[in-house]
Amino acid sequence: MATKIDEEIDVLPPKGVRPPILGPGHTLGTVTDRIGGIVLSKHTPIFWLMIVAIAVALFGMLNTAIAYLLGRGVGIWGVNIPVGWGFAIVNFVWWIGIGHAGTLISAILLLFKQGWRTSINRFAEAMTIFAVMQAGLFPLLHTGRPWLAAYWLFPIPLTMGVWPQFRSPLIWDVFAVSTYFTVSFLFWGIGLIPDFATLRDSAKTLVVRRIYGMLAMGWRGSARHWNRYETAYMLLAGLATPLVLSVHSVVSLDFAVAIVPGWHTTFFPPYFVAGAIFSGFAMVLMLAIPFRYLYGMQDFITLRHLQNCAKLMLATGMIVAYSYMFEMFIGWYSNDKFELGLVHNRLHGPYSHFYFVLVFCNIITPQSLWFNKVRSTPWILFLVSTIVQTGMWLERFVIVVLSLNRDFLPSSWGMYWWTKWDMMTLIGTMGFFTLLFFLFIRFMPAISIFEIRTLLPQSKVKE
Amino acid sequence: MNTAEPIYGLMAEFDNPTALVHASEAAFAAGYRKMDTYTPYPLEEAAEAIGAHHNRVPLVCLIGALLGMIGGYSLEYWVSVINYPINVGGKPFHAWPAFIPVTFECAVLGASLATVFGMLALNGLPQPYHPVFNVPSFSSSSRDKFFLCIESQDPRFSSGDTRKFLESQHPVQVSEVPY
Repeated sequence: MATKIDEEIDVLPPKGVRPPILGPGHTLGTVTDRIGGIVLSKHTPIFWLMIVAIAVALFGMLNTAIAYLLGRGVGIWGVNIPVGWGFAIVNFVWWIGIGHAGTLISAILLLFKQGWRTSINRFAEAMTIFAVMQAGLFPLLHTGRPWLAAYWLFPIPLTMGVWPQFRSPLIWDVFAVSTYFTVSFLFWGIGLIPDFATLRDSAKTLVVRRIYGMLAMGWRGSARHWNRYETAYMLLAGLATPLVLSVHSVVSLDFAVAIVPGWHTTFFPPYFVAGAIFSGFAMVLMLAIPFRYLYGMQDFITLRHLQNCAKLMLATGMIVAYSYMFEMFIGWYSNDKFELGLVHNRLHGPYSHFYFVLVFCNIITPQSLWFNKVRSTPWILFLVSTIVQTGMWLERFVIVVLSLNRDFLPSSWGMYWWTKWDMMTLIGTMGFFTLLFFLFIRFMPAISIFEIRTLLPQSKVKE
Repeated sequence: MNTAEPIYGLMAEFDNPTALVHASEAAFAAGYRKMDTYTPYPLEEAAEAIGAHHNRVPLVCLIGALLGMIGGYSLEYWVSVINYPINVGGKPFHAWPAFIPVTFECAVLGASLATVFGMLALNGLPQPYHPVFNVPSFSSSSRDKFFLCIESQDPRFSSGDTRKFLESQHPVQVSEVPY
């Protein structure tokens, strides 16, 4: 497809020189046309239709699984005593973790003035929102009756006078996740306003101009508006930074506050946050690599971006590896027979193959990222990201299931296996996520146009 | 040039940010105050040139954060201590450390909502109609052109002199902005 650009851009510069953040030769006009062109083009690519068709099919499967669940109850899932938290919680933690890289890129890297974030922040934010949507489905469905969950989860004044228990981390989680979704949505939304104005002004038909015109809300690029806009953007970044760290910390407290072997540890919050960012960057790469290839955007999402994401993945992967070792150490150091029992369950229990595959995926595979060759070869990076993503799902499976399946009394031990409805829901959310993401790419600028303009040398004022 | 119809102002178009900033500085030095620049991306120098340094978004954000924080904590206190105190494992009703996470989340939520909607409100958005869009070439202000508009409301504004002033700043063109 974009073989010419491939040759020009995807070649590594000589040793010691880093690839550029933006391909050479762009002007204010060309960046506008290239990014806006994806949205305004009348031609819908064949690959887009194919991917969306598959995603719609999987979304249908998700709806089928949900409809059957609502009809029959959570008994159709594999959860039972002693493993009362199965796929639903595993998938919830997995999806919400994936979302974290989006906010890290858009907020934390903005505060650190990392210019390279600009090409990838928009779709990483979209990824966050769509991933949090998938995550939110699972606890809601796990309640069995989502329409009643409203008053179980949120403080809604009812004649019954029943309120949520604010001393429980599960309620903290409701507030953390819903705030996270709202703030991510606001961040993404205000980032889109100037780009909607660009689309409005370059639209070729009246209908398209009207639609983007309404979304742009009359944005006209006034200096006074930009001034407030930039302040608001920085403030949101400053707010989102502690927020993103708090979200997965609170998720981890769902576990850490319980007196269950393997969960009841103080290092869970940083461990979970590192794991979340690890899987989030894996997802950013899994989306960025096909996107830049399919749409020929190699000069916007350059090897530099892939390398930097890979480095962040390596760094967070090392924290995760350290946490795995520490988990084992705590089990041994506690000298508590239930903690020791958990270590034994992981290494020699009925699910030990899960644990060893997890170690392969999350500790051994990311070590390949020490090599520049791996960091600079998109298809290998895609493969590594996929393995890491699988590993992070297994990590949550190991945390949730292995602490529960061997209860305190051996008479209460049991096994957990998912049912086809569990699997249909998990794969269905992947389809839903893909569907939302590709609709986003087609109808909204997937790369922030106005922020890319600020990277150009001609955008600077000369003295 | 005199027109019978009142106009919104005069708009000069520039093709690079440096020319725009120089023209804006010159306009400020010439005593014009009611003016604005229109750029395809945030240009700090342009805002400074026309004297738009400060804004009240941080204040709005702080108010939102305080309201969220107080609201969140009061909700927890009222529910857990006043309206329906329930003894769980002997924990105190007013378990303030356990109330911190929700208080924090509510503060962030309040601050974020206030920041975004406050920014939009201070900017007067959404705004369905604005005269600057009447200039045909203005659509490139969201692409690659830079505009300076001196508004007719400015006490120093006069069609002839202001046009002469803008033309002396080497613009691509100067156009009238009808209402």
